[in-house]
Amino acid sequence: MRRSAARWAVGAAVAALVATGCGGGDGGRATDGSGVLSASWTDPQNPLEPANTNEVQGGKVLDMIFRGLKKYDPRTAAAENVLADSIETTDQRTFRIRLKDGWTFGNGEKVTSASFIDAWNYAALVTNKQINASFFRYVEGYDKVHPESGKPAAQKLSGLTRQDDLNFTVELNQKFSTWPDTLGYAAFMPLPRVFFTDHAAWLRKPVGNGPYRVESYTKGQGMQLRAWDGYKGGDAAVNGGVDLKVYTDNNTAYTDLQAGNLDLVDDVPAAQLKNVRADLDGRYLNTPAGIIQTLAFPLYDKAWSGEDSEKLRQGISMAINRKQITRKIFQNTRIPARDWTSPVLGAEGGFDDTLCGRVCEYDPARARQLVKEGGGLPGGTMRITYNADSGSHRDWVDAVCNSINNALGKDDACVGDPVGTFADFRNQIVGRQMKNPFRAGWQMDYPLIQNFLQPLYYTGASSNDAHFSDPRFDRLIDRANAESDRAKAVDTFKEAERILPQQVPAIALWYQNGSAGWSQRLSGVALNPFSVPVFNQIKVG
Amino acid sequence: MGRYVIRRLLQMIPVFAGTTVLIFVMVYALGDPVQARCGDRACDPATAAQIRHDLYLDHPLWQQYLRYMGQIFRGDFGVAWNGRPVTELLASALPVTLRLTVLAILFEIVIGITLGVLTGLRRGRPADTATLLGTLLVISVPTFVTGYVLQYLLGVKWNLIAPSVSSEARFDELIVPALVLALTSLAYVTRLSRTSVVENIRADYVRTAVAKGLPRRRVITRHLLRNSLIPVVTFIGTDIGALMGGAIVTERIFNIHGVGYQLYQGILRLDSATVVGFVTILVIVFLLANLLVDLLYAVLDPRIRYA
Repeated sequence: MRRSAARWAVGAAVAALVATGCGGGDGGRATDGSGVLSASWTDPQNPLEPANTNEVQGGKVLDMIFRGLKKYDPRTAAAENVLADSIETTDQRTFRIRLKDGWTFGNGEKVTSASFIDAWNYAALVTNKQINASFFRYVEGYDKVHPESGKPAAQKLSGLTRQDDLNFTVELNQKFSTWPDTLGYAAFMPLPRVFFTDHAAWLRKPVGNGPYRVESYTKGQGMQLRAWDGYKGGDAAVNGGVDLKVYTDNNTAYTDLQAGNLDLVDDVPAAQLKNVRADLDGRYLNTPAGIIQTLAFPLYDKAWSGEDSEKLRQGISMAINRKQITRKIFQNTRIPARDWTSPVLGAEGGFDDTLCGRVCEYDPARARQLVKEGGGLPGGTMRITYNADSGSHRDWVDAVCNSINNALGKDDACVGDPVGTFADFRNQIVGRQMKNPFRAGWQMDYPLIQNFLQPLYYTGASSNDAHFSDPRFDRLIDRANAESDRAKAVDTFKEAERILPQQVPAIALWYQNGSAGWSQRLSGVALNPFSVPVFNQIKVG
Repeated sequence: MGRYVIRRLLQMIPVFAGTTVLIFVMVYALGDPVQARCGDRACDPATAAQIRHDLYLDHPLWQQYLRYMGQIFRGDFGVAWNGRPVTELLASALPVTLRLTVLAILFEIVIGITLGVLTGLRRGRPADTATLLGTLLVISVPTFVTGYVLQYLLGVKWNLIAPSVSSEARFDELIVPALVLALTSLAYVTRLSRTSVVENIRADYVRTAVAKGLPRRRVITRHLLRNSLIPVVTFIGTDIGALMGGAIVTERIFNIHGVGYQLYQGILRLDSATVVGFVTILVIVFLLANLLVDLLYAVLDPRIRYA
């Protein structure tokens, strides 16, 4: 009996292994139709409405199924007209927009000025709870449809006026010369009537006017997009379509790519960066994206904003060896910051790698001196607060602290201070409960220097987590926005930015790159400045 | 027996109420979920207030709880962070995790008990020592290590399986993940049943059975095994609940969109509807599994009677 039982156990184990083998063989390679590629995805955070999406995963889809007045060139980040025939202004406040004729949505409906006006009114109205509503705050009448509290006094933005099917005007509540360049952002996309008449159906299967149409969408699992042959624009898809697959973990997606079950990942896990070139035989790219990582100071806390405290903040900035950390921890997928914008803007757009100057250079001797002159670290020691649930922040925070400890010659000058979840972390920041410098990241909404400065450092701005306030900075930003000449506007923004190395409301750490790896079937893979793959240019086979 | 079951079922009601209150308070204590929806920028206050109002978050905790319980009894588990009803998440996640758990439990029973009985009968022999060492190894290696290693070897290196499980999550795809999930418990089951067999093999009733002249096979299956399995059944019973809720690591590694993954997402986003909904279901599973175990005692050991 003993022997037979043993044999049976072995038999069971073998059967299990064989069955596994078979299962793998069957379920392994997807039998795609010709020219369809598969790409990794995670569930969008909010329902897929244009004005309700502010993260990359939802943005990825919107970028495929929508085209707006403008679009950012995937390579140069310049804003180019797509649906807009012309956008004109004489006073930087009233903009006359003329649409190109002949564009339609996937369901055959014409794209008219009403498609824009209705979409924008919907986005701005407070009761629709669109998280990007504040992108319309410069439009006249925003305070009526989106009051700070209470019920809206109006249902529509008074600044939007329809002339005819192809013409409408937008009146802003302040001068904003580069406003047309913001119109490539997802929140400004036009919407078909069905979005308003049958909202639930639209959410189940979004209809847009972009190079792809949604074939099927299973929430939590994936989305199938196919090239739309009725597409009117010049950037039609050169592949048959894209299958987005939801992954629980980017490591799994990467393993699937290695095993040949997936064609494209646009988020190479940090742990794999060392081996990625060898693993994928060079089918990997790493290009600048409009993301900057900073350490913001809680300037509402007296400990960090007292007399001479700017010297303290400058000193800490100079105690961080950015070059070493980006090389050792990030394998050069991040670049030491030399200003508070991003290289994707280009010199013309306001990027300037000399702006931060010595304040962003590692100089332990000067750092020690400045910290001393600034009154020393509050309580003799500082913490760096970060959220521990994503993005392997722990590694670099520890490295930054190490660097500070070494520079200041004190073992316990700086320690990391993890917060369990991103949600909790954000709540503490918004609730002004921070006592120490904290991780702050900024991914641009549109490639303008304005977007790197105003939302972050203007008094009372929406992402001014440091609660920085400097009247001179605010005045310069206002002046830059009113400037009609683009080059002059950029210069004035830069003049405002020059205040940042003097005051250091946030330490510029590094610019973050986007990365992607792909299978042998693909060619022509590129990332746009928002670190989203340019799907319509990818060739399959 | 019937009365016993009814009494046990009635006892579940206070346990159920207590756990939901606890979970509700704990998720609530984690903080306001609205801010995280806006990413790295602060939500504008008017929109945030509107979202809070719609989620009923602008009411005191006890009102929120009562409203939530009222909803549950109408079959409405609320709406998750991404706008999907929690019932829909449950309907998609539970069957997947159930399949995974069934496979894992099967591995535990088949491999674990077989190994345990075999080594128990050959105490001190090389096979016994080798198995003991093997289980020690398995217990000491964390799940994510075995998971990633098996996934890499079988999925990438030798191309025997797909490294990730498709959204259908069929049984054949779940074999390797279930094995990974079951390994630690499997080792415990092996050790438990081995010890149990070793203890009981010297018991009087076994000696009596042998003296009666029963065939060895009958002595082992009818007398020895039945008595030795009681602690093992207890362990496996509680393990059902643990496996269903605790498969977070395995589910992440193998891309399984099951209960563990949804719970993890819910916790990260401070989404009380998802967390409380899933935990409530898990609590029920746990309670039922325990009841089942208690009933199995009577089957295994005729001395145990329920009235």
